Amino acid sequence: MSLAKTTKIEVPILARVEGEGALDLEIENGKIKKCELRIYEPPRYFEKFLEGREPNAVIDAVARICGICPLAYQTAAAGAMEKVFGIETSQWVKDARLLMMLGQWIQSHYLHVHLLAAPDFLGYRSGIEMAKDFPNEVVRGVRLQHLGNDLMKLFGGRSVHPNGVKLGGFWHSPKESAVKAFVPRLKAALEDAKGVIEFVSTLKFPDTTIPFIQVSLRHPTEYPVIASGVITSRGEEFDVNDWEQHFREFHAPQSTALHSTTVEGDPLLLGPLPRINLNFDRLPKHIQDLANATGVKFPSNNMFHSVIARAVEGYWALERALQLCEAYTYTDTPSAPEKVAAGAAWFGVEAPRGIQIDEFEFDAAGLAKHIRISAPTSQNLPCMEADLRIALEKFGLERPDAEIQLHAEMVIRNYDPCISCSAHFLTLNVTRK
Amino acid sequence: MSAHDKLLGLSARPKVAVHKFSSCDGCQLAFINDAVSLLELSTLVDVVHFAEAGPLDEFAEVDLAIIEGSVNTHHDIHRLEMVREKAKYLVCVGACAITGGIQALRNYTDDKGLLEWQHGIYPQDTDVIIKEDLSTAKPISAYVPVDFEIPGCPITSTQILHAVRSILFGVEPEKNVDSVCTSCKHAGITCVTVARGEPCLGPVTANGCEALCPALGRGCYGCYGASKYANMGAMTDKLKEMGLSEIQIKHKFQYINSQDAGYKGE
Repeated sequence: MSLAKTTKIEVPILARVEGEGALDLEIENGKIKKCELRIYEPPRYFEKFLEGREPNAVIDAVARICGICPLAYQTAAAGAMEKVFGIETSQWVKDARLLMMLGQWIQSHYLHVHLLAAPDFLGYRSGIEMAKDFPNEVVRGVRLQHLGNDLMKLFGGRSVHPNGVKLGGFWHSPKESAVKAFVPRLKAALEDAKGVIEFVSTLKFPDTTIPFIQVSLRHPTEYPVIASGVITSRGEEFDVNDWEQHFREFHAPQSTALHSTTVEGDPLLLGPLPRINLNFDRLPKHIQDLANATGVKFPSNNMFHSVIARAVEGYWALERALQLCEAYTYTDTPSAPEKVAAGAAWFGVEAPRGIQIDEFEFDAAGLAKHIRISAPTSQNLPCMEADLRIALEKFGLERPDAEIQLHAEMVIRNYDPCISCSAHFLTLNVTRK
Repeated sequence: MSAHDKLLGLSARPKVAVHKFSSCDGCQLAFINDAVSLLELSTLVDVVHFAEAGPLDEFAEVDLAIIEGSVNTHHDIHRLEMVREKAKYLVCVGACAITGGIQALRNYTDDKGLLEWQHGIYPQDTDVIIKEDLSTAKPISAYVPVDFEIPGCPITSTQILHAVRSILFGVEPEKNVDSVCTSCKHAGITCVTVARGEPCLGPVTANGCEALCPALGRGCYGCYGASKYANMGAMTDKLKEMGLSEIQIKHKFQYINSQDAGYKGE
């Protein structure tokens, strides 16, 4: 390769992610010299303009951080408030919050698997294009996605910016008939979900190994969605209140999304793959068997196996939702009485794409005093950059830009990034020297 | 050119672009969440740019540009002008594009306040943020002419598909002039203010959500913006009578659609 030759190519990439960004790649003598994911989604300052606001206004507002996973923000904010204010929520509220979060997982995972990720593996530019050759698979995915949306609507009226969650619980309790109507749909969906696991296990996965520290929430008895424990692949287990003793957040100049690392400065990985790797023992035996039948052995350090993790988690979510719907009873007290107190707390939930963690401080009137909201995508950014270096060097940097671009997109899409949250349109800038 | 003339000038099979500015992406989900309609829509129009769904051709000449999001950066002013230049008919969807959205709450801070926010959230390399940030988050109409607006936070699939269908027939989509109360009455929902003493902005808020919040037993918080004939004086008096403090009333309107002229009583 001639040293005098410098090529700069601007290729628009990263469609099928949510948010705006660009990837700068500088290749020198066959090695990656620079690999920066630039996020230029404009900052919106939620943490600041919500200072001084009342609890329920904060719950409605944080949904607006992200149209894809609004419920994760609402659930974490409400959870932090209840912790600070000393409100004990009922089992009904806990179950209903879990059911709604499962709806969010189901919606997001099946959307990602079919419309966002599968086209990469099968060589299509979009889910619409793929639907021509794989109509049954795409329609099945859409059917499952709709089921997730409908579960969210049950409690929140709509799936984007749902209006159901309030301090202490919910604004209303759905009728038993409305909830029981989901039972046959969820039973049928389990068959569909089994088909999805079989479908994704036929995909060809590039070979790659990620060296990152993996982090997930940990629930005492079941697979984690809303939980106060944290577990890492280094063998640590601690309470979410100690988050800051282990991880830090900082601003990298190339991005309007804040990055996170361990306190030592190592990237940390959140999302479906760490979740299943660290909580395989929390899956029921028959779901472990379904996962093992894919041929992938968990724990897996191949980031491309995230799509299998999503399909397995989707199955678990549907089955758990079915149990909750079958056991559902109407209540005339869908919320604990409201009260407020001064104080601060951390609260984390597993959004479909990883831990969404908040730190909230309130004054004696219950008004927000200090807010910190960390989206999973922004926490994953250092991993994405490091992963791209590893994956692209393994893929072969001598390949044409178009192939490098597609592979880079695949690597990034494994994270199911949600960039509006973290600070879409991605431009790939390759400089070769 | 009248709206009618403009619509008659569109191709029989229009080229459509969906653009995102500063937003949560929730309004674009009105297309994506209803994938069946998206597939049907793709048989009626050519979607040439829609980054979240796949196609990318940001500055293609199009018949119809659909815009989500507000303008908060210098770069976006330039991008928006390019988009407008290439589009025959431009539709704004959602609170952000129409009033600046919830992020327009920054418009109540002065430059010094915004600087504190920037340093507070981005303690390192703050200059990168300061260089790009505008001091305000403003609607699309503050920078370029807009042909039609579809309110909501978020909009619904029904709203957008209804509008696109009308445009395909060469007619301007219907404007909703009613307040949320209309839907409550049609659906037979008990008034949350009268029966339960819940503060509700339904009487002054644009309809289109089918009274989603009152149906859940809670008051409307104004995510569709002000209705056409909003009586703000009477609404404010009612909230005062219910015991809300001045700051509580202010926060009710200085929220998702804070820059809405109707809510400002203009």
